[in-house]
Amino acid sequence: MKHETIETNAGWLIALTFIVISIGGLAEIVPLYFIEDTVEEVKVAGVETIRPYTPLEVRGRDIYMREGCYLCHSQMIRPFRDEALRYGHYSLAAESKYDHPFQWGSKRTGPDLARVGKKYSNQWHVQHLLKPRSVVPESIMPNYPWLLKNKLEYKDIEARLKALKMVGVPYSVTKADYDNNVKRFGKDVAKMLDANQAETNLMNQALTNNYDGNKTSITEMDALVAYLQVLGTMVDFKKFDDGYFSTFR
Amino acid sequence: MATDSNKSQSKKSAVQTTGHAWDGDIQEFNNPLPNWWVWAFYATIVFALIYWVFYPAWPIGRDYTKGVMNDIEYTTADGKQVKRHWNTRSLFEKNMREATLAQQKYLDQLASSSIEEIAKDEEKSNFAYSMAKVLFADNCAACHQAGGAGVIGSYPNLADDDWLWGGKFEQIKTSITGGRNGIMPSFQAKLTAAQLDDVAEFVLSLSKHETDAAKTARGKEIFTGQKGGCFYCHTKAGTGSTTSGAANLTDSVWTLANVPAADTLEAKKAAVKAVIKHGVNRKMPAWDKRLTETQIKILAFYVHQLGGGK
Repeated sequence: MKHETIETNAGWLIALTFIVISIGGLAEIVPLYFIEDTVEEVKVAGVETIRPYTPLEVRGRDIYMREGCYLCHSQMIRPFRDEALRYGHYSLAAESKYDHPFQWGSKRTGPDLARVGKKYSNQWHVQHLLKPRSVVPESIMPNYPWLLKNKLEYKDIEARLKALKMVGVPYSVTKADYDNNVKRFGKDVAKMLDANQAETNLMNQALTNNYDGNKTSITEMDALVAYLQVLGTMVDFKKFDDGYFSTFR
Repeated sequence: MATDSNKSQSKKSAVQTTGHAWDGDIQEFNNPLPNWWVWAFYATIVFALIYWVFYPAWPIGRDYTKGVMNDIEYTTADGKQVKRHWNTRSLFEKNMREATLAQQKYLDQLASSSIEEIAKDEEKSNFAYSMAKVLFADNCAACHQAGGAGVIGSYPNLADDDWLWGGKFEQIKTSITGGRNGIMPSFQAKLTAAQLDDVAEFVLSLSKHETDAAKTARGKEIFTGQKGGCFYCHTKAGTGSTTSGAANLTDSVWTLANVPAADTLEAKKAAVKAVIKHGVNRKMPAWDKRLTETQIKILAFYVHQLGGGK
């Protein structure tokens, strides 16, 4: 085909430009779907320890994205000594396999949050989100006072879980799905992943744990703190040999 | 305009055009790229070819080429020889191992020494101090603040010599290892407003405040009797207990009610009353999952020396 034909024909130009630009992405991304070692196998006694988020955590994650936390906080500890000393074990691909979209982020104005779960108390998180400078004087994080005032919207939680199921997150709708989850994650987790029970599960988790310190209502703070407290806690690295996860690279 | 077109005319004779003519007279020069640029471009291609050979590069089915002559070798802590093709994770494991080896002498000393021994030995305590200082900043300072002064009303001060859960090495270590849950029930439903007032009056009298004698006496009765039952944790003398984390009320150190900041007795009483009324439920997380035993040990040493450890 002559150069001139392409340049004078908008349809050809668009189609061929698209193909040329796609090559880089196709060459780098597509093989990862087929290479066995891309996502690590994380099982303890035959049970998968990395599980999808519970309904409350899903809503917390939604709020995390709504408030734009990812603009200043990454969730990706790289395999460098300085990062490991500060944040903990490097992040695994498996740890974000149920994230749609992932929250790796691209810039750290604040610290990495990949393993912030269980590091601080719920009370600290509430106080810190309301007024960061009351606990970290040098912080430049904004205040988020509305999180404690806003009642959490969760009427649509079942639909949200079903939407996530469509992109591959194993929430269960049928009995067969549920039984499969029991095999994969154990009974307690499987119950939390039952989309039919989503609303009840969400309410139970929020009221039992009372993340925001306010027993009378379920607020956005409950959801966000529940999400923050689970980040990076699903893999107990003490149960794996040193270097086990590097065999996947 | 005329001179401009003359210029391009003269240049045209020096440099070839691409041969196209748009709208009859618009033409494009075909300037060759500078030589240095072209050679640098070829060099990147050659670099890529070499890279493909020595580093993991090409996907093949469910596997990929691992590269040649790029092995990463190191010995693990339990003496296992590891030899793997180049990858960032093994490189990381190797770096961590080398750094540990460089500090091994000191780490071994810390691991085998008791906290008392670390505190006595200058070399050991210097190493423990600088290591613990970083650990403290990363893990503890978020609540207890950079210097350990805490936040009154929320997080205890570690820089003074008053200890809720005990200031001995072992007690501090236990606090860090398993965390602590400081609980005091709410007395809102149990005591009337007047009774709350009396108890607060008595509590303030313990720390040598000038209080009303009648009220204080009534407060004491509630504090030391079954009505309030405060003495179960705080003891009848109000000196507190390190087994339940109950505060010593006889000194001038306050971790929840901000008494020192209040000017008048009424304001001080209001601060104390608020705590009694709402109760306390504060939680320090357990650190045994996140920190190693040696790290917890040197943190206990660090916290101990922050303020009068016992």
